[in-house]
Amino acid sequence: METKIAVSKNVTESAESRNKMEIKNLSVFYRKFRALAEINIAVHPNRITAIIGPSGCGKSTLLRSFNRMNDLTPSAHMDGEIILDGENINASGVDVVDVRRRVGMVFQRPNPFPKSIYDNVAFGPRLYGIRRRNDLNEIVEKSLRQAALWEEVKDKLHQSGFSLSGGQQQRLCIARALAVEPEVILMDEPASALDPISTLRIEELMRDLVQDYTIIIVTHNMQQAARVSDYTAMMMIDDHRAGRMIEFNETNVIFTNPKDKRTEDYVTGRFG
Amino acid sequence: MKKISVPQRNHWLARFQQSTHHGDALWSVLIIFASLILLALVIGIGWMLWQQSAEARIKFGWSFVLPTSNSTWDPDSGVFQAWAFVYGTLITSLLAILLAIPISVGIAIFLAELCPEAIRLPLNWMIELLAAIPSVVYGLWGIFIFLPKVVVPVGEGLATVFGQVPLLNSFFTGPIPLSGSSRLAASMILTIMIIPTVTAITRDVLLAIPNTQREAAMGMGSTRWEMIWQVLLPYGLSGILGAVILGLGRALGETMAVTMVIGNSLEATNSLLKPGSTMASLLANQFKEAVSQLHTDAMLEIGLTLFVITLILNLIARFLVWQVARRTPQEARA
Amino acid sequence: MTTTRFQELIAKNEAAHARGRRITNIVMLTITGFLTLLAIIPLFWIIGYVIYRGGSTINLDFFTQLSRPLGMTGGGVLFSIEGTIVLAILSCIFAIPPGVLAAFYVARNPNTPLGTALRFGTDVLAGVPSIVMGLFIYTLIVVPEKHYSAWAGGLALAILMLPTIVRTTEEMLKLVPHTLREASLGLGAPEWKTSLSVMFPAALNGIITGFLLAISRSIGETAPLLFTALGNEQYDIGTIIRGGIQSHQSLSAIIGRIINQPVDSLPLTLWKYAQQPYPERIDQSWGVALVLMSFVLSVEIIARLWVESRKRALQG
Repeated sequence: METKIAVSKNVTESAESRNKMEIKNLSVFYRKFRALAEINIAVHPNRITAIIGPSGCGKSTLLRSFNRMNDLTPSAHMDGEIILDGENINASGVDVVDVRRRVGMVFQRPNPFPKSIYDNVAFGPRLYGIRRRNDLNEIVEKSLRQAALWEEVKDKLHQSGFSLSGGQQQRLCIARALAVEPEVILMDEPASALDPISTLRIEELMRDLVQDYTIIIVTHNMQQAARVSDYTAMMMIDDHRAGRMIEFNETNVIFTNPKDKRTEDYVTGRFG
Repeated sequence: MKKISVPQRNHWLARFQQSTHHGDALWSVLIIFASLILLALVIGIGWMLWQQSAEARIKFGWSFVLPTSNSTWDPDSGVFQAWAFVYGTLITSLLAILLAIPISVGIAIFLAELCPEAIRLPLNWMIELLAAIPSVVYGLWGIFIFLPKVVVPVGEGLATVFGQVPLLNSFFTGPIPLSGSSRLAASMILTIMIIPTVTAITRDVLLAIPNTQREAAMGMGSTRWEMIWQVLLPYGLSGILGAVILGLGRALGETMAVTMVIGNSLEATNSLLKPGSTMASLLANQFKEAVSQLHTDAMLEIGLTLFVITLILNLIARFLVWQVARRTPQEARA
Repeated sequence: MTTTRFQELIAKNEAAHARGRRITNIVMLTITGFLTLLAIIPLFWIIGYVIYRGGSTINLDFFTQLSRPLGMTGGGVLFSIEGTIVLAILSCIFAIPPGVLAAFYVARNPNTPLGTALRFGTDVLAGVPSIVMGLFIYTLIVVPEKHYSAWAGGLALAILMLPTIVRTTEEMLKLVPHTLREASLGLGAPEWKTSLSVMFPAALNGIITGFLLAISRSIGETAPLLFTALGNEQYDIGTIIRGGIQSHQSLSAIIGRIINQPVDSLPLTLWKYAQQPYPERIDQSWGVALVLMSFVLSVEIIARLWVESRKRALQG
């Protein structure tokens, strides 16, 4: 097997037409400063892809490129292709609002709206004009079940989202993201603010969800990446402080037989 | 070895320093005294108004300020009924705040969420400069420019449109005087004057909302406006309400600009298009020319009414702010 | 792949609905920008017109002459300018010491009964309409003294300034890092020395800005002066001082004459002239407006520039 520093071509060649998302030659600039350089990555459908690397290497920036959240930072600018189901979404004329429905996001710290649990989950569907009580009830229940939260909140749907514990709030945020039926779910260190037990529950949830969704997560916790993901991408900062993709492969390969010395150093804990 | 001399305990300076904790006792007395002066002022104002208006209060009772259809303010015959002025104050201030709310919230949204970095500071300054223009200058500009050029056309338009509509027509009975002096004029100028207050506080409220809320909404595919309208404004609602009440308080107490454009009529008609008076404008006009002690006392009672109304509004605004502080969502620790 | 209920629902009117959302977004956001523009218009309109009308009235006489009876040319508003300055100085003397001292108390003891009452009282005081303040001083001082005076007016203005001074000073003191205070106390300095020599200078920049803004607001006030300072078109400090020296009066007597009689101030003069039916007076009131606005806006702009330069200095 050829060893490559960038995307391992063998993995993607035959499946290129079936990748859920791809990133080709992406560079992200904040004004003149280049934060990400020439990233190439392919994301397989119904798999969990983890992005790991030392802090500050641009993992979150990369994750936020998948749903064009970097656009919210006025000084940010992206060059390159971001491909969803074969179409480049980093082009002019693309309906970003629709992209963000199809590519949902869960954040590091739970951030429910100051509304009831029901209204949190119903927020997305209501944006799409769904008004009838029955329809909304159905969607809310379905999303909360998928997020493994229904049993715990079904009798208190009208309480504030803030009345839940941290782990429950995070699952509420997941339910909220699921309510608009995305195709891809991005998770930015989804369990880093939670206790170990809540963390494990989120990880179980991920493995359940991946049957219906494609998941990309960023994590600084290597053990989590090893436990949960199918593919892993290793990132590091280069000499110009730009983040680069060092290695991308199936998770067990990355962790047992990495091709790049830097990857090996990182996953064995020699640094970072 | 040289002996180090110990300071004499019984030297008078040393004893003084010790007893006052090196001056701190005096300092404490000083700052407490200053604080008490401030409190005394607050209480004193209320007490003085209450005391001095006694004669009028006893004579007229509650009907002094209550609505009545035959309200008269007649210094010569000693009959004083203040409803016309209470009405004038309430209607001009309420109309002003109703007009100011959408405008101020809109501006605050622009400044907080949409404004390009380059023009943000100059725009903020300009809105604040509006608040720095003295009230009399607003009045002067009002009399000679704003009234003829803006208020009169608007008043004529309103008379035409609403003059025949049942229920509303009592508010819009025209015609508006040639000079434009009317309650409408006072309301419109008040609107301009309170916009800076409401805008500045609302803008700060919006800026204080954590960015995670914006990201949560937009990450789900909401448009910018949907995020602002459905997430940010509900989040900041108590703070915005506090801003509105503060603006209303300012409008109620505003004197000079109002006096100069409201026409200072003592009639108690309902119409916005007619001249009227507010409690503050009446005081500005008549207080120095009081014809009797009862006249003075009645006006002091008006001062008391104004004081009480603004005090109550202040308390409500404070309560709302306290509510916000209590309910501020804390990030939950797992 | 079967469509889910959600997909059914949005497929029904997706295109139209999405377009509607887009249009709403653009329309509403444009409206907010438009409203901002709308609010700025009065600012430029007022300033522009005041410069235009006032500029044509102002000449050197305006600043150096007392008022002349109608019909006579010339005349100015020196009395008003001097009155404004005297009132500003008096109000600062009355307001700054108690305001700053009370702020020291509140900053250190915000939760004692007195501290809580003080914070509450400051808010209440801030909401009192300025004309009510005039009534208060009228009853308290003008009636017993049986005459209007500058110092009564200064007192009314001072009370209006107090809440701003207390609040700003308190906030600036709270911003001083507590490590500074602890260092001073740790060296053995007593509380009062720490407050005056360490905390106060550290907070001084912000406090000065607060002073400037309070002063600029009080310069523009009219209502509290209606029943306290009243107005005086023949007021001239130069005359008072020269007369006092000639008749060998003591310094305190001269000062007494300066502050113990009615005075005008720029806004008060403006109000009086604007109501008179004579064109010369109306012209003069525009001139007064120009002078007044120049004072007030200069102080405001200086204060803001000061704040910005301090901020930039801190950011190094």
